[in-house]
Amino acid sequence: MKLNTVKTLAAVVAAMGAVLAAPAHAGKTLDAIKARGQIVCGVNTGLAGFAAADSAGKWSGLDVDVCRALAAATLSDAEKVKYVPLNAQQRFTALQSGEVDVLARNTTFTLSRDASLGLTATTVNYYDGQGFMVPVKSKIKSAKQLKGQTVCVQSGTTTEKNLTDYSKANALNIKPVVFEKLEAAENAYFTGRCIAYTTDASGLSSTRAKVAKDPKEHIILPELISKEPLGPMVRRGDDEWTAIVKWVQFGLLEAEEYGVTQANVDQMKATSTDPVVQRLLGGGNEDTGKLLGLDKEWLARAIKTTGNYGESFERNVGPKSPLNLPRGLNNLWNKGGLMYAYPIR
Amino acid sequence: MTSTSPPKKKSWSWRSQAFRGLIYQLIAIVLIGLAVWFLAHNTLTNMKARGIQSGFDFLLGPAGFDIGESLYAFDSAQPYWQAFLVGLTNTLRIAVMGIVLTTILGTLIGVGRFSRNALVRGVCYAYVEFFRNVPVLLQLLMWYLLFTEGLPDSLDAWVIGPMFLSKGGLSFPIPVWASGHLWGLLGLLLGAVFAVLYRKWAYQQFEKTGVLKSMFWVPLGLLLATGVLGWLIGGAPSTFNAPIKGEFAIENGGSLTPEFLAVLVGLTIYTAAFVAEVVRSGIQSVARGQSEAASALGLNPSQSMRLVMLPQALRVIIPPMTNQFLNLTKNSSLAVAIGYPDVVSIANTSLNQTGRAVECIAIVMLVYLTTSLSTSLLMNWYNTRSAIKER
Repeated sequence: MKLNTVKTLAAVVAAMGAVLAAPAHAGKTLDAIKARGQIVCGVNTGLAGFAAADSAGKWSGLDVDVCRALAAATLSDAEKVKYVPLNAQQRFTALQSGEVDVLARNTTFTLSRDASLGLTATTVNYYDGQGFMVPVKSKIKSAKQLKGQTVCVQSGTTTEKNLTDYSKANALNIKPVVFEKLEAAENAYFTGRCIAYTTDASGLSSTRAKVAKDPKEHIILPELISKEPLGPMVRRGDDEWTAIVKWVQFGLLEAEEYGVTQANVDQMKATSTDPVVQRLLGGGNEDTGKLLGLDKEWLARAIKTTGNYGESFERNVGPKSPLNLPRGLNNLWNKGGLMYAYPIR
Repeated sequence: MTSTSPPKKKSWSWRSQAFRGLIYQLIAIVLIGLAVWFLAHNTLTNMKARGIQSGFDFLLGPAGFDIGESLYAFDSAQPYWQAFLVGLTNTLRIAVMGIVLTTILGTLIGVGRFSRNALVRGVCYAYVEFFRNVPVLLQLLMWYLLFTEGLPDSLDAWVIGPMFLSKGGLSFPIPVWASGHLWGLLGLLLGAVFAVLYRKWAYQQFEKTGVLKSMFWVPLGLLLATGVLGWLIGGAPSTFNAPIKGEFAIENGGSLTPEFLAVLVGLTIYTAAFVAEVVRSGIQSVARGQSEAASALGLNPSQSMRLVMLPQALRVIIPPMTNQFLNLTKNSSLAVAIGYPDVVSIANTSLNQTGRAVECIAIVMLVYLTTSLSTSLLMNWYNTRSAIKER
């Protein structure tokens, strides 16, 4: 049988076995993480800018920063993360069965995933939309020209269904060639098996920047055919842990909004008189960590580790990275984007 | 002399071995049943506790995804179970075609290892050793790479007569169905009946006179002649739906995708190496005297192989051959690695769209179990038929 099927099967068996474990009680994920001294983080198998390991095995990316910030907030050490690379099919089973504590793997939040998988969506860390990439020499300028064409796609993603919906709505009769692995789908596109490759626009940029022999030979078509709010998911039933994952992300957004950066966090903590900043960084008598089951400095450490959301964005997918994605929807709410943190108070 | 039989044991006594055996078996069955129930019950309870939905009801909902290739039209609005059916037919298509091609290729190579020509022998030997010892997944990936990397883009496709070969696969003309074709089919059917009758008659002639008549070419000629005759009577419809180069790709006509070709070629070539070994060992199991006796009767080597050696070897060949057929069918699940939409691929997609991991995997297991069991049932029936008939 196929290797991944075996893995899925193993996870299913693990889920069966998990019944012998103790029943849920408050904050058990955080307890388990503290006892283990490590966060187990499900990430992409390799998508530059979001989660990819370098030649030394060091992971980096926007999603990886979520894991690092969480480790800094809960364990005071950003390095105490075990990364579990998961493909699109393994990811939910891995989270359901407890193989990972959090799934930070550019996963789209949808109704059916939120309602039927026993999982909870936390908060969006990247607003995306599905697009198409074609070779420049194909002379295709619009997704509407893909009539009757083959399009490479990774299986088990919202992408596959969006493609079908789009093809149907526009009577395009697109023929999908579906691959289980991201690398296989990319390869098939680059060898010319398919006219186009489709996934989230950020993924297209990442693939074009990192995998294409010559990025200039490929263009991303203007149409975005779906909304793809991406973000970390956690298991349902542990509200304390859900809150931590959510608020660490909000905290990093709030930090950007109030100008707290990796570089000035210590100084701000010592000198800032802004009550909001004091609350964020645990200065004076403020202790926002207590309510989450964490210590006073949880967010200050997280900011020191990854920088605020804007810094993380810039470093991983923005102008300072090969992807060079525009901030667009992912800008702060007061700068024309959708990133809006609930107030930390 | 009087013979005293031992006193009869009561059959419902603990001292009776048969009774104890029965009890032990009952206990074993109950224990296994309990274990299965425990696993199933716990899985369900556990999934419920975690808020994971379960059940097979999702099979009736619309699938919502397209499938790249299928023998018949599939629309994304059709339910999941029909998507599974498409996957199943795609798997069976590979399995059936693969088994037929593998048997032919494997037998030729197996027989080739007894050739008097050293080159043929050597090539067959090398073939077996090479393809048997490289993992099948690697071979599939290699063929796929060869087909997608080695072939030209669809716009510069190689033209082979009316066919196009490119990265988009093999496009070929397909006849447009017309009622006249029905006459052609009728003709073929009639020809088949004639051919069978002719062969019967030829056998009788052979047994009467000892003169061997053509047993292959004449029946084939009969078959084709009546087929063509029927087609002519039907008005000789000959419109073809030929592939043409479109703006961005090749359009119309029938086509085989590179995924299908890679899986078929890869599995056939891989499994044929094993089949060749099965055939070789089967032939070697026939006593040497048999082939000597055959030459003494004046049969030439090919006749001796076909009429004397192979029928006897078949008895040894069939059981391991069944295994190879099962392997081929099961290995077709690797097709998902190169994007062929077989039943595993469909199940993977469904699993992800619905989150019903246990159910989807159960379906895949059931599919392979059913195909494997029916294959071995069929082969066992054939095995009994070709066993020595002691009269």
